[in-house]
Amino acid sequence: MYKYDEYDQQMVDTRVEEFRDQVRRRLSGELTEDQFKPLRLQNGLYLQLHAYMLRVAVPYGTLNSTQMKLLGDIADKYDRGYGHFTTRQNIQYNWIKLEDTPDILAELAKVEMHAIQTSGNCIRNISSDQFAGAAADEIIDPRPYAELLRQWSSFHPEFLVLPRKFKIAVIASEKDRAAMRLHDIGIKMVRNDAGEIGAQFYAGGGMGRTPMIAPLIRDFVPLNQLITFAEACLRVYNRYGRRDNKYKARIKILVHELGRDEYVRQVEEEFAHLLTQPIEPPLAELERIKAHFTGPDFEQGLSDELDLRDPDFRLWVGRNTTAHKVPGYVIATVSLKPVGGIPGDASADQIRLMAQLGRDYSFDELRVTHAQNIVLPHVRKADLYTVWKALDEAGLGTANLDTLGDIIACPGLDYCSLANARSIPVAQKISERFGSAEKQAEIGELKLKISGCINACGHHHAGHIGILGVDKKGLENYQLLFGGSEGADTSLAKIIGPGFTEDGVVDAIEKATQVYLANKQGEERFLDTYRRIGMDPFKEAIYG
Amino acid sequence: MKILTGNDLKTGAVVWWTGVGWSLDVNESSDVGDHGAAIIAREEGAQNVFASYVVDAEKTADGVRPAHIKERIRALGPTVRPDLTLKPADPDAINWVI
Ligand code: HEM
Ligand code: SF4
Repeated sequence: MYKYDEYDQQMVDTRVEEFRDQVRRRLSGELTEDQFKPLRLQNGLYLQLHAYMLRVAVPYGTLNSTQMKLLGDIADKYDRGYGHFTTRQNIQYNWIKLEDTPDILAELAKVEMHAIQTSGNCIRNISSDQFAGAAADEIIDPRPYAELLRQWSSFHPEFLVLPRKFKIAVIASEKDRAAMRLHDIGIKMVRNDAGEIGAQFYAGGGMGRTPMIAPLIRDFVPLNQLITFAEACLRVYNRYGRRDNKYKARIKILVHELGRDEYVRQVEEEFAHLLTQPIEPPLAELERIKAHFTGPDFEQGLSDELDLRDPDFRLWVGRNTTAHKVPGYVIATVSLKPVGGIPGDASADQIRLMAQLGRDYSFDELRVTHAQNIVLPHVRKADLYTVWKALDEAGLGTANLDTLGDIIACPGLDYCSLANARSIPVAQKISERFGSAEKQAEIGELKLKISGCINACGHHHAGHIGILGVDKKGLENYQLLFGGSEGADTSLAKIIGPGFTEDGVVDAIEKATQVYLANKQGEERFLDTYRRIGMDPFKEAIYG
Repeated sequence: MKILTGNDLKTGAVVWWTGVGWSLDVNESSDVGDHGAAIIAREEGAQNVFASYVVDAEKTADGVRPAHIKERIRALGPTVRPDLTLKPADPDAINWVI
């Protein structure tokens, strides 16, 4: 894992002290809320429905056990005993006091964490594949590139006040596990015909009120031009992105309005210009970063045998584990979606337990996934049963990855001041209705995603089934969308018709699963059947 | 009636204007009539609260009920965590929101 050097540490420490002074001035009345708001947002401190909310960055979703343990301790000491893991691989605390914030940030800084780049119109915390460095299907670990981009983008003076927020994801496998093409810039590390590693760039994707899939803008950027090309993409956006209307300010609108080809032409022109005034960090810097990601000292020649006699364990292994690149190891995903639970929430004790398991059984590493789960990336198969037992005793052993129980849900009207409707109660009802092992086995992979308003923090556009909360004359109402996907086959979900009440939407999903099961051919998933037969049979069953 | 809500500067807690100060309990809200904007200007100026705004509400037999669900959730707490609301022991509290 990346370790701060003295510059990193100094930057973060300085920032904490600066914010401490800003908070002091705010509390003493020297600063008004209007003056203070941009300062607190730059340090991850929002105001939500009930209280201040602090969003802590987890760069590319990677944590060590000391960091994870501290996240649990903060939940106990400064919050109300829990935290919420988000779709951008970060964590949010819902009940933070302003006067405590400088101390929290100081504690985070001690373990090389902060809340910078979690708000505002800057380049946000960069996300990545939660299986990076472990996945059997990756061509290279994407995180050194994500880290290089993080260093380039943190406090980049030119990009501190972009037209709007800017989100980057970096992956390095065919199977996209980071919704890469739904980011402002998506980067896929690839190998060219000559065997060299480079970056494929996509730009102009996003969710929010106008969802767009990012088009490919360059097939191959050599490693010694990576930052320069990213800079060119950002420059064109910074120059021409709309600042007059915040709903049209994201890069997706610029790429859409200019057209992909014209945007590419301008980027290439800027890129050629930038190449004449070298801004690329030396490759030695990339090498320095890479040295932190050489990966753990895996034991060689371990057996791939697993004792699957315990049926509950067998179910969990089947659902929640993924092939590791090293024989004898496995990637384990811990579901934060118990039946009837709150998606993405974990108690302080659960967070500390996962930290401990990461330390003892996963080479000190954990990951946060964009589906609001936690990953133990490097578990020896021989230890897997012990790990699962410990998880299960703590309510973390649910076997439901990528099924109807594994719902992504934003905080919605229970916590969020922008919401139109609650998301979490809908998620709870759905997981109660469809969360049983039998139902899951029957229905299989079905990714359901819920947002409490059009901002789409819950990725509803990318759900096989998406749910969007709307306000219908003061009452909560839910629109249903079908056919989204965020993987290598990214597609945007479409609204199927008039909205529903909370119970109505759960019934409609039941009918949709019946249509799927009646029409399913072979190994088809819900999404495949939907793509083949189209929306009509579903509409007929639901509204008919 | 028109009532006022905001957040306590230090703690962020949701508070309601009682006529003389701020309370955690929406039932202690007073009707501010047309004076909302003036009270907000004075109270925010004094750095007691921030992000305050006027809310439509109704006086019922059970107390003060904000007209919109958003402010009712603000007044009670998250409906999905009854243990963290202002009425953790009252199983009916959630029905008041909905
Ligand atoms: C509770 C405080 C939150 C606020 C005020 C908030 C606000 C917003 C807004 C305004 C947008 C739309 C931006 C745009 O299209 O320009 C947005 C998008 C988004 N947010 Fe949030 N959000 C919150 C929480 C969350 C949480 C908890 C998550 C993860 C569960 C999240 C993840 C995202 C994602 C993934 C997007 C869409 C991607 C994009 O197009 O940028 N947000 N958020
Ligand atoms: S989608 Fe809307 S309701 Fe949900 S967290 Fe984002 S802004 Fe809030």
